[in-house]
Amino acid sequence: MAGTGKSHLRDDAVLRVEDLVVEFPVGRTGLKVNAVSGISFDVRRGETLGIVGESGCGKSTTGRAIMQLPRPTSGQVWFEGTDLNSLGTDEMRKLRTKIQMIFQDPISSLNPRRSVLDIVTEPLNIWKIGDKADREATAKAVLEEVGIDPAAAAGRRAHQFSGGQCQRISIARSLVLSPSLIICDEPVSALDVSVQAQVLNLLEDLKRDRGLTLIFIAHDLAVVKNISDRVAVMYLGKMCEVAEPDSLFAQPAHPYSKVLIDSIPVVDPTAPLAEIAVKGEPPSPVFPPSGCRFNPRCPNAQDRCRTEEPAIREIAPRHFVACHYPLYGGEAPVSVRT
Amino acid sequence: MKLQAESRRESGRLLEIDDLYTYFSTPIGVVKSVDHVSFGLDRGRRLGIVGESGCGKTVLSRSIMGLLPRRNVVRGGSVKFEDRELTTMSLNERRKIWGAEMAMIFQDPMTSLNPVIRIGKQLSEPLQIHLGYDRATAMETALRLLTDVGIPEPEKRLKQYAHELSGGMRQRVMIAMALACGPSVLFADEPTTALDVTVQAQILDLIEKQRRDRNMSLVLVTHDLGVVAGHTDDIIVMYAGQIVEKAPTTTLFADMKMPYTEALFRSIPKLESPSHTRLVTIGGRPPNLISPPTGCRFSPRCHYATDVCTTTPPELREASPGHAFACHHPVGSDRWHEVNVSLSTTNRQVEVS
Repeated sequence: MAGTGKSHLRDDAVLRVEDLVVEFPVGRTGLKVNAVSGISFDVRRGETLGIVGESGCGKSTTGRAIMQLPRPTSGQVWFEGTDLNSLGTDEMRKLRTKIQMIFQDPISSLNPRRSVLDIVTEPLNIWKIGDKADREATAKAVLEEVGIDPAAAAGRRAHQFSGGQCQRISIARSLVLSPSLIICDEPVSALDVSVQAQVLNLLEDLKRDRGLTLIFIAHDLAVVKNISDRVAVMYLGKMCEVAEPDSLFAQPAHPYSKVLIDSIPVVDPTAPLAEIAVKGEPPSPVFPPSGCRFNPRCPNAQDRCRTEEPAIREIAPRHFVACHYPLYGGEAPVSVRT
Repeated sequence: MKLQAESRRESGRLLEIDDLYTYFSTPIGVVKSVDHVSFGLDRGRRLGIVGESGCGKTVLSRSIMGLLPRRNVVRGGSVKFEDRELTTMSLNERRKIWGAEMAMIFQDPMTSLNPVIRIGKQLSEPLQIHLGYDRATAMETALRLLTDVGIPEPEKRLKQYAHELSGGMRQRVMIAMALACGPSVLFADEPTTALDVTVQAQILDLIEKQRRDRNMSLVLVTHDLGVVAGHTDDIIVMYAGQIVEKAPTTTLFADMKMPYTEALFRSIPKLESPSHTRLVTIGGRPPNLISPPTGCRFSPRCHYATDVCTTTPPELREASPGHAFACHHPVGSDRWHEVNVSLSTTNRQVEVS
């Protein structure tokens, strides 16, 4: 999984990330955590890109690096034609009104001491948009849009709401400045299935009605499949596979994607239990394996995988994989191009 | 330990829970977390308890084990373990049963291990206490247990602390601890919720292997219908502190009766359905257990509810041997057909109010 290369990038994307690297120092040891190690991807306007992977694969770091929180170690993030790395702090702050985030824990991401209306109005106050009455009207309209009754909810505080309702309020807060891109970092993992379905449907509706572009980060493959137009599978800071969800799930080409899909418990007692194809846990990102980073756990690893990092390539229309020996479509192994 | 396992009977009733209830007194009222629940568990069987957060599934498993505080808890009903009544037992007697005959693993493997005691000591201690092993034998057994649960370099782990292990490894240690004294029933409370899917598959596989080898019973508490589908023989669905449906696993999935079970099942995104399939949601949220709705507790969220549902609580009734449900308008009834026709015409756009 190595995934370098950019053959999967398109020309008309609203967000384009190239060779993104994020590293964190480990205390004063001189070692570093290789959280994200040179990934590239893009998102078109109105598209939902799902990013999946296990904990520690760098998916949240990627989301935050797009926001320049913190600024990536290297690599470019192009948003609507602007290179975000080249922007100063002030310009970046202004630009963040266009890119918003929703987080995993809906309750702790709302200020417990402030009323719902305050929370949702705050972005408008900061940017001094309209007068007080306008701001309140906008906030109420957005609350209504996410399915919260503003008349009943406006004066209440976060602890008076359930997790699902808090997530709706977080969504309202992110929408109030009319952003064009929303980065959703595990927005439904803390919710019960019945509520999860409500929030997923809401995100779909908002995307359609407002023409939003979404980056949806999650570890639950079924959820990602449901909401995404394109899915990127990450492992240990690298990109493994990028494809449309139906094609990815019908025919995963990367052994890691297949392992992930096979590990999901099937909601059918008559289905045979899948063989456990992968042993152990992901290695430490402080000492990532050489070659393809998945090679120590890969059931199909060969000598070449231990030394040479595979480049991402198109094996079927709009289906890209970074593997020397993909599970299908791998006629002639392609050498590394960067 | 080996001897104990061999002398154990192969089948028959192990646990009998009758009319069990657990209420918590809080400043704002009495929370009826588990409200008159009855069921049985046979030796060597695997039971799944499913429901959303706050439905009482964890409190139920803890009530059976007797792991709840004394203060501010109102409890009643009976829990029989091999014909011994647990609810009236003294703490000292119950202590002999914990670990030795009934064991439990929890959701969060980080906080369930003692951070300042080495893994080896934590594993060997129950062996010394319950089985009277000397230190050396207990350590040896601990080493064998760690090997059994598939931990690499087990000798090294004995000398390590919990924080030096990964999440999956800690859960393996928890399983080893739970298995240490050869219990006849294992309660697993959301054992894989904190783990990644690939590790979850490994842990579920490990629990199943160990269970089979030891002819142990398993109570698997989870919110994930996928996990119970592949790893249980019977399922209990709980809602608002009560059992709303219980059935053999294959029957439940093939022929679910309770609208709540159906709604839960429909709201899960399925891997086999195409991307952007509209999910069916359950409107509203679970009721407050201080003053639950009268009649059927699911009625305020149920598409099929009629007047009778809001006034008369449905009794658990049998659909087929072993399959019981509590509903006035079960899946397949006239009312169900009628509503489903109108639902599909409005394109299932039933959303939260």
